Amino acid sequence: MVETQEQPVRTATPVISVVDLVKRFDSKTVLDGVTLDVFPGETMVIMGGSGCGKSTLLRHMIGSMQPNEGSVRLFGEDLVVLSEDQLNAVRKRFGILFQSGALFNSMTVGENVALPLNEHTDLDEATIDIMVRIKLELVGLREAVDLMPAEISGGMKKRAGLARAIALDPEILFYDEPSAGLDPVTSAEIDQLIMDLTGKLGVTSVVVTHEMDSAFRIADRMGMLDKGRMLKIAPRAEFEAIRDGEATGDEMTDLIRQFLRGDSEGPITDRRRETGYEEDILEMAGGP
Amino acid sequence: MDRAGIPIYLVRWAGAQVLTALGRIGGMAILLSVTARWVYKAIFTPKARFDVEGLTVQMVRVGVKSVGVVALVQIFIGVILALQMTPPLEPFGQEGMVSNIIGVAGFRMLGPIITAVVLSGFAGASIAAELGTMVVSEEIEAMEAIALNPIRYLVVPRILATFVMTILLTIVADWMIAVGGWVTSRLVLGPESYVGYWVRMREQLRYRDFVTGLIQAGVFGILISLIACHEGLKVTGGAEGVGRATTKTVVYSIVAIVIAACICTMIFYAFEL
Repeated sequence: MVETQEQPVRTATPVISVVDLVKRFDSKTVLDGVTLDVFPGETMVIMGGSGCGKSTLLRHMIGSMQPNEGSVRLFGEDLVVLSEDQLNAVRKRFGILFQSGALFNSMTVGENVALPLNEHTDLDEATIDIMVRIKLELVGLREAVDLMPAEISGGMKKRAGLARAIALDPEILFYDEPSAGLDPVTSAEIDQLIMDLTGKLGVTSVVVTHEMDSAFRIADRMGMLDKGRMLKIAPRAEFEAIRDGEATGDEMTDLIRQFLRGDSEGPITDRRRETGYEEDILEMAGGP
Repeated sequence: MDRAGIPIYLVRWAGAQVLTALGRIGGMAILLSVTARWVYKAIFTPKARFDVEGLTVQMVRVGVKSVGVVALVQIFIGVILALQMTPPLEPFGQEGMVSNIIGVAGFRMLGPIITAVVLSGFAGASIAAELGTMVVSEEIEAMEAIALNPIRYLVVPRILATFVMTILLTIVADWMIAVGGWVTSRLVLGPESYVGYWVRMREQLRYRDFVTGLIQAGVFGILISLIACHEGLKVTGGAEGVGRATTKTVVYSIVAIVIAACICTMIFYAFEL
């Protein structure tokens, strides 16, 4: 897909605004002062290696984790101080696709999509039924309405999860590793779906992923998270330039470059090697 | 490794155990209070209603499917009681009193407690496994993300269903113990035991024997489902975590049931019930 897209027009107010977010589990700092703005209509991709804190960041943005410091604002509302009811009101305005799809296994695909409509709207059965079919058609899954989650493939589960996420016509869609565990073609299909939905519904998308092909396909802007710190947030083109350019000698740029290219040699792997191998061995042998 | 002596190590270990136990009890107390608030809301406010369908599904799963096992186990308890209690009564020529003993022991204690133990395996383990699996497959998070409260939609129906069904099953269980005793008397023990078996049992039993048994059954039902929901919802670490949660649920349930039975019995004794 070669599609050079102009940057979306930057309105003054971001829909998502994360400021100096710090999260610690026991003594381990998982997020270390992350700041991030996402503007209406854009697709923001957050990249990073395993354990860099990108899923934790996502969980803060949907209000399912409380930060130790800093704030997360969606639509201008600070999630940290909201009551359960207020938080639920915000939750109805965004959708999320979980890594595994997270369908309710005791319900059919259709019932899964109908659940938010049944619980949060006053629509009658027939209307909900039609809406379920519309949503499933959008993700290309209309024929699966009566199947149980156990009967469908991983890719279909993600589509069904997506149909449920868009059931209430959200303004923001979050995606947690949308292409993880899928074959390349299915993964490309999901990416296409994400772009289609962004186009058709005009939603703002936040995608957390470590699949670079997918990231470069769908992103307007990208953010690189490493060890709980946001190294760089920039338009896709800048990251493409880093990926395709030569090593610069600048530690941070080279680190990003290694990650984007998936090289086995570079600052990331050097860093891993540096951490006190000799000391560990000596200590095991009874101290120096 | 610390080089402190064994006594220090033991104190640390005991302290850690106490802390985890307190943490667990605290977690369950919070879960129970939130559940109680939802039940209160469902009854007294027009906005939140009971999820009748969910409740029915859970009652069938907890109660109806386990009624056969409960009945079977309790019949054997009746048989055992009859066979064990008769020899000590014989020297006094009171073999007939076995019916009175079965009545009191069965209705007051063995009916509810054995039913609860069966249910902790039958319902408790399966609730913990189910909720644990939902945690692992991100279903709980997905529920929260679509603004549905997991306690309201998952925990409340399970606790209510287990509470009601433990009581109803205990009623069945009480009679099964009595029947087991009667069958044994009829087939093995002889006329001193079975002639007038039901009359003697009815003379012996007071309503309070029956009611105190059911009160305990209700307490056990809440304990089992509360422990199961709590362990299930705090599963971490994939399939292995689910396995651990089910085991813990059964072990903790049985310990909690016996301790609760003891406390209930002390209270009933103190108030001469």
